Amino acid sequence: MKRHLLSAADLTRDDAMLVLKTAEELRSLADRPIKKLPALRGRTVVNLFFEDSTRTRISFEAAAKRLSADVINFSAKGSSLSKGESLKDTALTLEAMGADAVVVRHGASGAPHRLAHSGWVRSSVVNAGDGTHEHPTQALLDAFTMWRHLGKDGARSGDNLEGRRVAIVGDVLHSRVARSNALLLQTLGAEVTLVAPPTLFPVGIDTWGVETSYDLDAVLPKADVVMMLRVQRERMNASFFPTAREYSRRYGLDGKRMRALQDHTIVMHPGPMVRGMEITADVADSDRSVIVEQVTNGVAVRMAVLYLLLSGANGSDHHGEAPESETDA
Amino acid sequence: MSAYLIRAVSILGGDATDLLLHGGVVAAIGADLTATGDTGDTVEIDGTGLVALPGLVDLHTHLREPGREDAETVESGTQAAALGGFTAVHAMANTEPVADTAGVVEQVWRLGREAGYCDVYPIGAVTVGLQGQQLAELGAMADSAARVRVFSDDGKCVSDAVLMRRALEYVKAFDGVIAQHAQEPRLTEGAQMNEGELSGRLGLTGWPAVAEEAIIARDCLLTAHVGSRLHVCHVSTAGSVEIVRDAKRKGWNVTAEACPHHLLLTDDLAQTYDPIYKVNPPLRTAADGAALRAGLADGTIDIVATDHAPHPHEDKDCEWAAAAFGMLGLETALSIVQETMVDPGLLDWEGVADRMSYAPARIGRIADHGRPIEVGAPANVVLYDPAARRTVVASESASLSRNTPYAGMELPGRVVATFLRGTATVLDGKLQ
Repeated sequence: MKRHLLSAADLTRDDAMLVLKTAEELRSLADRPIKKLPALRGRTVVNLFFEDSTRTRISFEAAAKRLSADVINFSAKGSSLSKGESLKDTALTLEAMGADAVVVRHGASGAPHRLAHSGWVRSSVVNAGDGTHEHPTQALLDAFTMWRHLGKDGARSGDNLEGRRVAIVGDVLHSRVARSNALLLQTLGAEVTLVAPPTLFPVGIDTWGVETSYDLDAVLPKADVVMMLRVQRERMNASFFPTAREYSRRYGLDGKRMRALQDHTIVMHPGPMVRGMEITADVADSDRSVIVEQVTNGVAVRMAVLYLLLSGANGSDHHGEAPESETDA
Repeated sequence: MSAYLIRAVSILGGDATDLLLHGGVVAAIGADLTATGDTGDTVEIDGTGLVALPGLVDLHTHLREPGREDAETVESGTQAAALGGFTAVHAMANTEPVADTAGVVEQVWRLGREAGYCDVYPIGAVTVGLQGQQLAELGAMADSAARVRVFSDDGKCVSDAVLMRRALEYVKAFDGVIAQHAQEPRLTEGAQMNEGELSGRLGLTGWPAVAEEAIIARDCLLTAHVGSRLHVCHVSTAGSVEIVRDAKRKGWNVTAEACPHHLLLTDDLAQTYDPIYKVNPPLRTAADGAALRAGLADGTIDIVATDHAPHPHEDKDCEWAAAAFGMLGLETALSIVQETMVDPGLLDWEGVADRMSYAPARIGRIADHGRPIEVGAPANVVLYDPAARRTVVASESASLSRNTPYAGMELPGRVVATFLRGTATVLDGKLQ
């Protein structure tokens, strides 16, 4: 794996499968009474959040702590965008504190990329969501969840997601989750169909290598996975769609549409959901819904990412404990 | 005042000849010239291999003074201009305070005279405070000591169609021109880079070509309707070139400029997320660049203008969305024109003189610049070595700012000397 995880495109298929398989082993920890490994003892992970995201932050925090890393949470609301302390100065401060990994959430697309490539820090940078760009660990946990349910020979033993059909529905234009998923799922061999009204597709979507559709009902019967994206009601104020009701009628997943799905098809959502907008309560709480499991899997996948980035175990005995003296490149 | 006798120089790429600058004018041109009477004061320069061009004229420079003297001053900006071969620059109005009164334009004009590195022609704002609400006192600026003829809200578009119409009409009284920053504001809210395949992938809000083209089309029609004069700043798209070409074919009084960075650089540089490449209008596609070069070659695009836009380090040393738009341009413009236009055979040196000196002076209505190198003409001359190659080093710039996108890039050509009315502002590549 590369030293940083900035984009789902940074991962080869082997990298991604290594993360999923490592996450599978680490996930079993969740069922044990003592949920802690000494793998990252003495290493420091900084959660640098320029945007509020309690669920992503605590997921990374739980992941780092279960690997015995020291965790520093740095909530830096108001970046240089609002003339507060600059990203650079914040980064230099963290570097001075001896961070081994910086998990960064930022409202500006590319901010983690800047952090990793501007010479401000030497630590590994993990993108925990940047603007409308990417959210690679979300894509990994989504792929992990799909893989557990749909891996070729049933749960847990499948090789990858080859040939599986994934429909991602909603505000693709503003979604970092959609971008990272489109990249990673293609790497893993899945067939991705993005579904949205034309206003919520970015220009150039035809170059993404995915199918696109404006018609949710045509896509649902063929899908193995339906992933609903959060759609903010406020988007209607910028004329992306006329009203929230019209959006729900055309692109929301309700009980009636759910009945069109194949028996094995699962329903996903990266959260937080807008119930009644893109998804109804009966779908979100149905047996098909793996939304709560996504959260559990998120911790395991983030453990795997931190472990693989920080232990430097690439191709060696990556399930063993990381040598404590090892330093970053 | 010294006289300069330049031996065996090629005027606009022609046969080698001697060129004598004396008394502020071109005193003599011809083979084997001898120095003037007071020979002791005559400096001889070996012009072998050098091209003599008329002093360059920039119609689009941000000198930042008054208000942002941390980014640039009239003095430092005109030093950079001289090093780039310019003898005249037009200073954009978006200073603090805005150059929207006779007082501010006269201050900038006076600072230029004091600096002495090149002539500074202030551009007046079209609207008060660049706010797009009310016309600034265009007549007062035209009548001031600065004799303003070019008016622009550059940085912002005069998007209100009625206001634009009135401005175009009003400046007819003193032969002014409205230099429009063509950017439909609603189509570009929060825009960060060229809208295309890449903006979608990078998650950066797109700046669509249509936002530029729609305004240019509207303004061309308005200009024809009221019989005025329009200049289009920093044309960046293939579609804009087509619209301007069509307007010219119809005989409308429309001129247009292209910036060196749009001739050379493309939007894929945004993949680095390094805001050194963030500029407004944004870097466009390779096809847009090709259309600009073709338009500049056939005269659809009248001039090259730098849009030299200095910014302090911290405004670029940050995440893309937080960074300022703009890049330096004065010291690299001629090299980039050589790289993109002359070396590929799209433009000869006569063409360069037209696009970078004669035409911008004509649009700006300045008489003492943009004149062919002829006996009796003001001695505004640049000596340029097209065979030289250099690697751009940001810290070597005379600008107070360092936001050049060309750092580390090898470019052809070197300005050897610049003369402003016979006085050397640059000799042997160094400021005098």
